[in-house]
Amino acid sequence: MTVRKYTVLAGVAVFAAAGDSMLSHGMKQVGSIPLDHLHNVIFAVTNPWVAGGILLLLAFFASYMTALSWADLTYVLPATSVGYVLLALAARFVLHEAVSPLRWLGIALISGGVGFVAGGPSHTTPHPRETESEERVEHEEELVSSGAER
Amino acid sequence: MKELYADAYTWCAIGVVVFASVVGDVLLARAMKQVGDVHALMRRSGLWSVVISVLSHPNFLFGVLAMALAFFSLLFALSWGDVSLVAPAAASLTFVGNAFAAKIFLHEKVDRRRWIAAVLVAGGVALLAG
Repeated sequence: MTVRKYTVLAGVAVFAAAGDSMLSHGMKQVGSIPLDHLHNVIFAVTNPWVAGGILLLLAFFASYMTALSWADLTYVLPATSVGYVLLALAARFVLHEAVSPLRWLGIALISGGVGFVAGGPSHTTPHPRETESEERVEHEEELVSSGAER
Repeated sequence: MKELYADAYTWCAIGVVVFASVVGDVLLARAMKQVGDVHALMRRSGLWSVVISVLSHPNFLFGVLAMALAFFSLLFALSWGDVSLVAPAAASLTFVGNAFAAKIFLHEKVDRRRWIAAVLVAGGVALLAG
């Protein structure tokens, strides 16, 4: 695991939490959309909070897919749950809201779970493309060295 | 009796949300494993070629469809049940379901360390999402 890979995993957590909060804040400004006026959803996108939230959730999806390209699903998923912890911590320390003891227990459980997974390997399955490209590089290196000998 | 029906509807919808999310996650994970390490691919052939190969991958497309189904069933579940039940139940059951599915379908080595993590995270999410 490199610094860049940890940055992608941090992006998964931060973008999900920030995107969800912006979307929720924006939709509260827009107000409830009745079922017979569903097209009002399109106007909701013009709200800057909603638009920003959608952009951040797209960034979440891109980092989630990037992480899945080199790590196991059971390794990446706990990282997504760190978003819940960030939201609760932001509620307590930025918005000065009360966080109940049960929520602190939830934060402890998630942090413990993430710690358990982070201590192990990031992927446990053979990587078809990686092995294929590694083989190709090795093969090319062999060709170059045999050419040099000649 | 009416309440019992509402409960049954809610749990059915939660079941569909969990099932569709797990199917979606497994398909997306499989698509990305088949595409290969995005960083290495980007160095070799550029950003756009990576984006196109991901977006045109059949597993990716079916995965996104499953995720859309999960999203809409969540909306139904929320309209039938209480948000303090639906959100934590769906989120935490998805974590445990994903651990099973990753072991069976993606052949990941879900050892004791990862099982404990899945259960801890599922419990934590249940407490925080409510």
